[in-house]
Parts: sequence; C-alpha cells; structure tokens
Amino acid sequence: MELPQTRDVLEKLAKDIRIDLSDDAILVGIHTGGAWLAEELHRMLSLSTPLGMLDISFYRDDFERIGLHPEVKPSDIPFDVDGADILLVDDVLYTGRTVRAAINEIFDYGRPARIRLAVLVDRGGRELPIEARFTGIKLDLDENRMIDLLRNETGGLELRLRVGN
Amino acid sequence: MQRQINKNGELQHLLTIEGLSSAMLHHILDTAESFVGVTEREVKKVPLLRGKAIFNLFFEPSTRTRTTFEIAAKRLSADVINLNISASSQSKGETLLDTVNNLSAMHADMFIVRHAQSGAAHLIANHVAPEIHVINAGDGRHAHPTQALLDMYTIRHFKRDFHELRVAIVGDIMHSRVARSQIHALTTLGVPEVRVIAPKTLLPKGVEHLGVHPYHDMSKGLKDVDVLLMLRLQNERMQGALLPSAQEYFKYYGLTPEKLALAKPDAIVMHPGPMNRGIEIDSAVADGPQSVILPQVTFGIAVRMAVMSILAGS
Repeated sequence: MELPQTRDVLEKLAKDIRIDLSDDAILVGIHTGGAWLAEELHRMLSLSTPLGMLDISFYRDDFERIGLHPEVKPSDIPFDVDGADILLVDDVLYTGRTVRAAINEIFDYGRPARIRLAVLVDRGGRELPIEARFTGIKLDLDENRMIDLLRNETGGLELRLRVGN
Repeated sequence: MQRQINKNGELQHLLTIEGLSSAMLHHILDTAESFVGVTEREVKKVPLLRGKAIFNLFFEPSTRTRTTFEIAAKRLSADVINLNISASSQSKGETLLDTVNNLSAMHADMFIVRHAQSGAAHLIANHVAPEIHVINAGDGRHAHPTQALLDMYTIRHFKRDFHELRVAIVGDIMHSRVARSQIHALTTLGVPEVRVIAPKTLLPKGVEHLGVHPYHDMSKGLKDVDVLLMLRLQNERMQGALLPSAQEYFKYYGLTPEKLALAKPDAIVMHPGPMNRGIEIDSAVADGPQSVILPQVTFGIAVRMAVMSILAGS
C-alpha cells in the first residue's frame, strides 16, 4: 500500500481546520506524535493562541495490564481550561481509547466550552464512540499494520507504515 | 534477602537505594516531574490507582512522612488506611507478620512500612504474595529511600546536573537512615564529591568505604560545597554520652549564616524535617534565601506518587 506524501495530508488537514477554526481556539497535542502535529499546525495556521500538550499516561485504561509508560512527559496546559474552545490533536485515530483518556485529563483542569478532535490519519478500528471533526486522510489498515508519525532532525514530519504492534 | 527488582527488571518493592541503577533513579525522578504538574491543577488527582488499597503501616511515630504518603496515595485515587501499630495490636502481642497476614486478608495492594528495626520492610516484602508491593518508609538505622529520592529530585531541580557537584551531609551520620540512603543515591547518580561532616562520636568507622570524605570541622567541610544536606539531631542522642550538650553542638555543627558563607554563594540548604531550630540549624538559615526545605516537602509528594505508580504497574 502506498502512503500519500505526508506534506499533502498536512496541507489538507490545515486547510480544513482553517475554514472552521474560531479566533480563540486552542490546540492541544497528545504526546508524542500529536504534540509534534499540534506544533506544526500551530505554525501552519499562524496561530497566536497558546499551545497545550497532554501526556495521557496517568489516564490510560491499560495501566493494570502494562503498567506505567516508561517515558512519561509532563502535561503542559498554559491556559485556563474553563470556557476554552479546545482542538485536541493526535497523529493517528484508532481505537479511540487515547482520545477518551485525553478528554478525561482535560476535565481535571477545568470545564471547557467545547472539545473537538483533529487527526492526521483515521485508520478505523474504533472501540469507543469517538469521531474526529477534522481528518487528514482515512486509511483502511489491517490489524497487524501500524502507522506512526516520525519527526526527523530538521523537524520534518513523516508518516511510516510498518508491520507489528 | 528480598530482591526489590523482579525478573522483568522492574521495581517490585522499594526497600533501599543500594543496588538501584542510575537509570532507575532517573526514571523515578522523571516520573515524579510529571506528577508535579498534577498537584498544581484544579483537580489534584489522577485515576491511576483507583480501587487499590494502600496501608500505611507505621510502627514508629511520624507525622510528615505518613501524611505525604497519604496525600500521594489519595492523589493517585487509591484508598488509604492509616495504622499506627504502636498503639494497637503490637501492644496486644500480635507479631509483625500476623498483622501483615490480617491486612493481606483485607486485600491490601501495597504496604508502606515505617519501623524502628532495620530490615522490617524486607521481612514483610519476603512474606507477602507476589502481587503486593512494599515501600520502606524508614527502617531503623538502615534506609529511608523515598526521603533520599525526594532529596535527589530537589537537587536535580535546582542544580540540574549531578556530575559537577560537591555535596555535604551534616549531622548524626552514625544513626541516620536518611544519610545512608542519601550517600547511595548521590554516589549512584555520579556526584563526584560527597562529604560527611560530624563529630567523631556521630561518624561511623569506615564511612569512607561508602565513597564519601569524612570531616570533623565545618569550616573545612563546607568550603565550596554546592548542596548542604542537614540531618535532624535526635533528642535521645543529646541525653546520652555522645554529645556534651545541645548548645555545644550548635556552636560547632549548627548551620549559621556565618558557616553557610563558607559554601558556594549559590549553595542550597536542605533538611528532611522536623527541624530543631537552634540545634542543627539557625532560623536565619532555615528561613533564608538559600533554604529549599519547603520545596522538598512539595516535591516529596510527587516523588512518592511516582514510586507508588511505578510499583503498582510492575
């Protein structure tokens, strides 16, 4: 299967968001790929609102099975969540469990006016009733395929397809 | 001897700093850094240990340590049960392991143990079922690993890198489990020069085999240090033959602004609490600009949250 150029997917996502983004909307990226993507979108959309980062390790539903993620990063929410219009950003939408955890974490900072979701790739396979408002590309991937977002030394983002879990 | 690392290389119990790798210590400190943000939010809780039962087993009185463990467990959404055993079953003659058996039958997930006997936490760790975790909150003169970890967190926070530091531990090294754990942590993390400063009667023989430099004189020992770790002088030491008097101790080993001036100008002063003002530390220093004693307390909660969640996830 051929992946489209990551740059093209990014451009399409940024274009869709630009049309429908309020002036006070705040981007919040989910570590790690979603945080890179949020940074990139923040730049592409020339936003002046703050940029938030979430590490959802403390809210995962598989802690019982796999324990604490070995590299937990601090979450950084440099704005008042009460009444905020939040655009949650992640690289890949799959089961929806990560987004569920992120929404729970946001509510521990306050009560936002709205949370919407933007993803670079929607690969199907949902296990929760969660959908993205903005999607770069939809891909139909087999269960044994993984798709990740990588960032190279110059800061460029690149989608990578691989086999495995 | 209970191994605190399980066969997957994960931390099963936290009994002592001795033998833990530098990578493991940094992993705990990194995890704690993420928890510091949690404690500054509107909702100071995460759901990580929801439904877990954590027992604070304190066979020796302690307010601060017990409270910070309790707050840490509650911020992880665990249920906490505090037991001050000196006042209950021990006085009725129940043995340590009987107490633990009874609490295990109540489906305990974690024990936090403070005991006057060295090795008490090890004994419990050896005894409990494999899914139960044990944290040593101070055993006799042996170890107090979470205190040393929060001290390391505080040093890393203010000084960033361990590899350039000169650190002095001052006070009753002989009887201090805190000092022992601090020495293991500092040397493991690569601090090139660890000094211990105490009167001869309070410095154990052969302490230099732990990789530290002993001093008996504050004016030499404090010269150019970056970090001062003060120890609490226990009241019972002053009544015995080890020290002439509290006044005498303060004169030679109490940290005054004059003595602190011998250290580097940006040196930080730490103390595990509770402080004896006017005995090991002067109020002008304890409340002064170089004191980071209160940040230690705050970081202690995040560090204990990190240890509990790493253990519960292993």
